[in-house]
Order: sequence, then structure tokens, then C-alpha cells
Amino acid sequence: MDGTPRLGHGFRFQWEPAQKCHVLLYPEGMIKLNQSGGEILARCDGQRDVAAIVADLEAAFSASGLRGDVEGFLAMAIEKRWLKLETGAKA
Amino acid sequence: MNAPAKIGPPMWLLAEVTYRCPLHCVFCYNPVDFAKHEVELSTDDWLRVLREGRELGAVQCGFSGGEPLLRDDLEILIGEARQLGYYTNLITSGVGLTEARLDAFKAAGLDHIQLSFQDSTKEINDFLTHTRTFDLKQKVGEMIKARGWPMVMNVVIHRLNIDHIGRIIEMADALGAEYLELANAQYYSWALLNRDQLMPSREQLRRAEAVTNEWKEKLAERMRILFVVPDYHEGKPKKCMNGWGNVFLTVTPDGTALPCHTARMLPGLSFPNVRDSSLREIWHESEGFNHYRGTGWMKKPCRDCDHKEEDLGGCRCQAYLLAGDADAADPVCPKSPHHEIVSAALENATNPNRQTQPLIFRDPKESRRLTREAKTPSPTA
Ligand code: SF4
Ligand code: SF4
Repeated sequence: MDGTPRLGHGFRFQWEPAQKCHVLLYPEGMIKLNQSGGEILARCDGQRDVAAIVADLEAAFSASGLRGDVEGFLAMAIEKRWLKLETGAKA
Repeated sequence: MNAPAKIGPPMWLLAEVTYRCPLHCVFCYNPVDFAKHEVELSTDDWLRVLREGRELGAVQCGFSGGEPLLRDDLEILIGEARQLGYYTNLITSGVGLTEARLDAFKAAGLDHIQLSFQDSTKEINDFLTHTRTFDLKQKVGEMIKARGWPMVMNVVIHRLNIDHIGRIIEMADALGAEYLELANAQYYSWALLNRDQLMPSREQLRRAEAVTNEWKEKLAERMRILFVVPDYHEGKPKKCMNGWGNVFLTVTPDGTALPCHTARMLPGLSFPNVRDSSLREIWHESEGFNHYRGTGWMKKPCRDCDHKEEDLGGCRCQAYLLAGDADAADPVCPKSPHHEIVSAALENATNPNRQTQPLIFRDPKESRRLTREAKTPSPTA
């Protein structure tokens, strides 16, 4: 997967103290994210591309080989329109 | 008490900031006696309510009414709500919306606007015939999109417009709607007064659903369409408000806090006012919010029913309005001993010789008249 993911139109990502988790807010609803989903989405800022997000997560959690899991999550999130993947010339 | 042991946070704070409204919808969900609740909360009261709701854990904040644009502090309230971390939603007819006002909402951080189509008879006609209303919605729609908000539309569907549903969808598409909710009228408040005129026949509903499905396929790429089936026709009680005191906390223009915007009509239940209690006390401790939480309050047939967790016995207001007993099973349920009332209304909708009274339009004068006339809020059968 190549490109730079950013939040889909109308979605907002934030930490919710009352839920003790990251959430995605959208018109009239809320998705609670598990820890890894939250960590991935926190890095989908429209600046970092997929490779940078993976590298960042691997550094943060002193892990390696995360690419498959991250891409799996991103593909699901794109399908659900939580994220848009921008490809081609980077902003 | 029968409330479940653990009460989670409300997800929604619904701020009904005013009952004032330039429109006169025959299906209006505001209480029939709205004109007697005239004293509105101040800006400071609302700011406190927003803060308390957020502390309680609410994440979605809806501004509705009446027509919320009539509050000239709306941008202040939106700004505070956004600042506090709510996802902010404005539900408006768009009447009176200007470029300047929208700019102020944008600057305040408003997340989402839902443009609703009101005034069923006249407005829909104007809309369908491409006159004033269409032009107004088009203008407002363009202003909304130009500022980067998605275009989300809501149309209340009933007997008088249901046969035009294909045309309504087509027009919504012409306006660039990305999301369209076709909500069948629910028979409370003003819609109940007008039920005989508003309720479609089964046949009308079936056709409308078929037409909607065709459009859904055709427009799948650019518009999502949601068709909300009325519970009368489905014969299936709905889990009202997603559970009493479970998801929604509504604050009315005068500060009364309610688990649902029509709950105020229920007799013998007292609902607290945000002027006297904090939202935390209201949500967790008040009698009004605890009374119908969970399933402990139920009697037969709900008490012994396998579906009780699924639908929580349906809507309390509908039980009261139709069966005269707020603890009864929702009469739309075939197991309800009062189901006959619902069948009769449906039957009547099919009768070509049915008798109807003239439509009653929602306005303050009618509201005062009806309040005077109703010694008790009479269950309408
Ligand atoms: S339903 Fe119609 S009359 Fe009632 S508040 Fe909304 S716009 Fe006004
Ligand atoms: S009897 Fe009560 S719980 Fe059972 S389906 Fe009917 S309304 Fe729901």
C-alpha cells in the first residue's frame, strides 16, 4: 500500500476520557477504537505516508514486522471511509 | 428500584434551544402545549449545561428546536461546544440562514449541518414544483457545501408526499445531497393530532420503499439514502431512543431535562430542570431518568417476553398516548392488548371513504387553544 492516509470527510479523531479510549466521531455517531487502532489513526495526519506510519509505530513500540497489520487496519478503515488514501504527488 | 446497576454516560446532549419557529409543520415533534413553556434558558445557562454534559461524557451535541437559528447566541454555544470536544451538529430548516451566519458557525468549529425539510404540504409542493423552497434549499445547500460541510438532508415522509418520493430523491440529488434521510412521520404531538391525514396506507408505503430501493442502487456512488419505516406499519416496537436514559439527554428551551423530547407528556413523572440540578444528578439520580431504565418496570406481556431486551417494550409515550398507560406494551406490538387501536388506524388509512378533519398547523395560537381545551392530555384513539 502506497500513499498518505488522512481522516475522511466529517470524521474527527480524539481521546475520550469518559470512554478511556480513542474514538472517531462523525455525524450522529461514535466509533470506539481499540488501542492499536487508536495508535494507528493518531498517526494518520495527512503528512505521514504508510511507510512512515509503520516506521513510527515500530519505533514507538520497539517492534518490527508491523506492516501487514497496519495495512490490514488501514484497508478496513479506508473501506469504511474513516480514512482517505492520497496517492501520487505528496502535498 | 429497577434501574440497571451501572449507568453509562449519555452519548448525546440534545439542546433544543428554542421552541420558536417560523414554520408550522403538521408533524412537528414539539409538545402540543409548547407555547406555555416560553421562558428560555439564558446563554450562561446553556454554557453551563454544555460543560456539565461534556463532563458527564457526552460526545455528540445537537442543536435543534424549534428553529435554532432564532437564538442569536447560537454561534457562541456552538463555539463552546466545539471547544469542549463535542462533535457539533446543527439541525435546521435553513430558513433565515445567511452567508455571514454560516461563516460564524464555521469559525466556531461547527462540524455538521443537517438541512431538514419541513412544512410538509406547502414546502414540499413548492419544492417539487421548483419554486421558492427549492431555490431556498439550493442556495443554502450551496453555501453549506462551499464551506466544506457535507450536504445532509432530512425529509419527513407522510401520506401527503409519499407518492412523490422518487421526485424528492431526484431533487435531493440535484441539490448535491450526499446523505438523505427519508423519515416516516412518527405519531406524537402534532403528528398524532393529524394522524389520519398523515398516515400512508400499506400499499403507499410498499411502493415508496420499492422506488427508494431503485434510487438507492442508481445513486449508490454519490448519495446514501436511509428510509426509516414507521413502526405502525412494521408492527414492530422500536427500542425507543435506544433505551430510556441510555443514549440521549435532551434539554428543552425552558431547561427541563428529558430522556426523549416527547417524554414531558407522561403523567406522574417529574423531570428535573437544569436551573435546579446538575446534569450529573439529573442523569444518574433523578426519578424521571431512572423510572423506565432497563426492564424492571415492565408488566405483562413485556415482562415475560423474549424480546424485552431487544425493544425494551417500545415507546413509553406511544403506550401512554394510545393505551392510556405509560407502563403498557407499546400498542404497535401485536402482543399488546391495545394493538387494535393501531390496526384500526392502519385500516382507516386504506379506507377510500375515510373521514378526516382539516390539518392542524403547529403555531403558538393553536398551541394555546389546544392547551386550554385539553383538561387532561387526552389519549387519542
Ligand atoms: S418540525 Fe417544523 S414547526 Fe416543528 S420545530 Fe421543526 S421546523 Fe418548526
Ligand atoms: S410484548 Fe413488549 S417486549 Fe415483547 S415484543 Fe411486544 S413490546 Fe416488545
